[in-house]
Amino acid sequence: MTIPEQASSSPSPSSPSPSPEPLLRVSGLVKHFPIKKGVLQRQVGAVQAVDGLDFDVRPGETLGVVGESGCGKSTMGRLITRLLEPTKGKIEFEGRDITHLGTGQMRPLRRDVQMIFQDPYSSLNPRHTVGTIISAPFKLQNITPEGGVKREVQRLLELVGLNPEHYNRYPHEFSGGQRQRIGIARALALKPKLVVADEPVSALDVSIQAQVVNLLDDLQDELGLTYVIIAHDLSVIRHVSDRIAVMYLGKIVELADRKALYESPMHPYSKALLSAVPVPDPRSKHKRERILLKGDVPSPISPPSGCRFHTRCWKATDICTTREPVLTALKTGHQVACHHAENAPDQAPQSSAVLETAREAIAIVDVTPPAAGAGTAESGGTAPAGTEDSSKE
Amino acid sequence: MTAPLHDTNAAQTAAVDVAADVPAKAIEGRSPWKIAWVRLKRDKVALAGGVVVLFLILVAVFAPLIVSAFGHPPNDFHEDKIDPLFGTPIGSFGGMSSDFLLGVEPVNGRDVFSRLVYGARISLLVAFLAALFAVALGTVFGIIAGYFGGWVDAAISRVMDVLLAFPQLLFIIALVSVLPNSLWGFSGSGVRIGALIVVIGFFGWPYVGRIVRGQTLSLREREYVEAARSLGAGRAYILFKELLPNLVAPITVYTTLMIPTNVLSEAALSFLGAGVKPPTASWGQMLSKAKEYYEADPMFMIAPGVAIFVTVLAFNLFGDGVRDALDPKGSR
Repeated sequence: MTIPEQASSSPSPSSPSPSPEPLLRVSGLVKHFPIKKGVLQRQVGAVQAVDGLDFDVRPGETLGVVGESGCGKSTMGRLITRLLEPTKGKIEFEGRDITHLGTGQMRPLRRDVQMIFQDPYSSLNPRHTVGTIISAPFKLQNITPEGGVKREVQRLLELVGLNPEHYNRYPHEFSGGQRQRIGIARALALKPKLVVADEPVSALDVSIQAQVVNLLDDLQDELGLTYVIIAHDLSVIRHVSDRIAVMYLGKIVELADRKALYESPMHPYSKALLSAVPVPDPRSKHKRERILLKGDVPSPISPPSGCRFHTRCWKATDICTTREPVLTALKTGHQVACHHAENAPDQAPQSSAVLETAREAIAIVDVTPPAAGAGTAESGGTAPAGTEDSSKE
Repeated sequence: MTAPLHDTNAAQTAAVDVAADVPAKAIEGRSPWKIAWVRLKRDKVALAGGVVVLFLILVAVFAPLIVSAFGHPPNDFHEDKIDPLFGTPIGSFGGMSSDFLLGVEPVNGRDVFSRLVYGARISLLVAFLAALFAVALGTVFGIIAGYFGGWVDAAISRVMDVLLAFPQLLFIIALVSVLPNSLWGFSGSGVRIGALIVVIGFFGWPYVGRIVRGQTLSLREREYVEAARSLGAGRAYILFKELLPNLVAPITVYTTLMIPTNVLSEAALSFLGAGVKPPTASWGQMLSKAKEYYEADPMFMIAPGVAIFVTVLAFNLFGDGVRDALDPKGSR
């Protein structure tokens, strides 16, 4: 599925305008899940789900986060909404340090930071009516909205395109898309400033995905929301984001404006990832190549030394195995963590001998459509599905 | 592609608007309980079981009325109905007559019907209260173990394992033999009944606890729990408002299936002499007495036997129906 880029209507900066105060500032964020073994529950290791993230979210923008399964996207989302306790690092919301606030201290801040969940079938309690679900935020925050809770719930239902008369119904009486709208209504009930959406459409039908994505867009215009949208679907991310962060094994490898990223990705991983986006034109005669990364993502329990991508990178050199590249701005508003970035001057020209393993790290597949029918919704390419997944997701 | 998608959106909103105009009265959602009730009503076997259960409860509640209408006081002796030579009831089928509906007891001639009706009180009282006790303990400990995990879970789970492996029958028999005659204002049968309830309930809670713990383990990972936390909900809200409503169904099912087990436990304990004290009537005790006369007077054994059988069967059928109604996807 590809949704063409939206005609720029959002109030957010399409080009990086210097905003004085970021809404959310994350620095050196780390989350390790300990692995315990034995009777004494000794810690024998840790899943390094998120390992040092630095980024800002500016008011009014949409930050997209992409990456394969298991790269730490969702953990990141749960850390910035403080559903998880960070191991290290700092999270600042509107200049206030919220890294280690307890449940009670966090409660007033919950009004400003809300979350939309992935699975509309498990994010709504089956034993509660829609009215109960959407009014829970008011009850938990001890707020009585103007005109009463019931009226406000009905207004929210209308806002997300549902029948306000349905507030007495139960979640099982709604379709997946409608349920996701209920989840969105709940997230918006307290008029938050920041909404973190964890794969908001990946559990939905393709046609419904478009509806929900457009709804999110419309609501952003209407209510001036700031989004952090986590997704693995590159088309969705392209459609909604102003800036995009690409994650690999718990780290941000590239952080750039949407246009800059899609037109000239600098990190080899981003390049491989973006080459998987199908072109929805069966008659296209353009030659297209896909970069297929071989092998699997290394385990986050013992990630590779140096650059975490060096085991699968075709440009890896000696320095990549030993020194970790830092996320630096190589162009205005285009940060990348790579020693040998594409479309940019080499960061480590002294180390130029490409590793032996790197020569076989990828396969280039020509996906110029043979005749027609290359543009099916999700899988897109003609490459074998098995290898495709590892590079695309 | 953008345009048609927006159209669908608009069309839907329009449809919603139309729908909102048409129905004048409020739309009532069908709650999971209503749906289960509709399903239960379709299950004739379960309904029959439910009717019998209801009948038994009514019998137990209105025992004095029923006995005064159809029988004689349960502890009155009717020696004129007994053959003085053999000690067996006069007449066929244990002395059945229009006066004594189910005949009389051998030797002392007490009215079997009256004793059966009063016995239902003891059986059901013990079974219900023991089940409630077990469910209360099991739910509290199960939900705590499942939600908090870690060493709390480990400790509670080990206690449950120990209790499940405990030789409860021997324990109860030993306990009853050392029980004082009066305790905390209760005396005689009251103490025995209380002991039965506490002991049967106490050895029953690990079964409920395990089920609740397992369910909680899976439910606490649902996204709606995270959603509640992201709205600022505390532990109490999550446990009682988010998790507990989802546990009510399995708990209800287990309770209805636990009651017949408790009826049997009570009967077995009374049979072994660890139940209520005579002359208070109970089904197990009647059976125990009947085993001395079963050759001469089989009717005396059949009456309480059938009563226990029917009660257990009715509760089980009803419980199965409740389970199917609440959890239609579950395997049988």
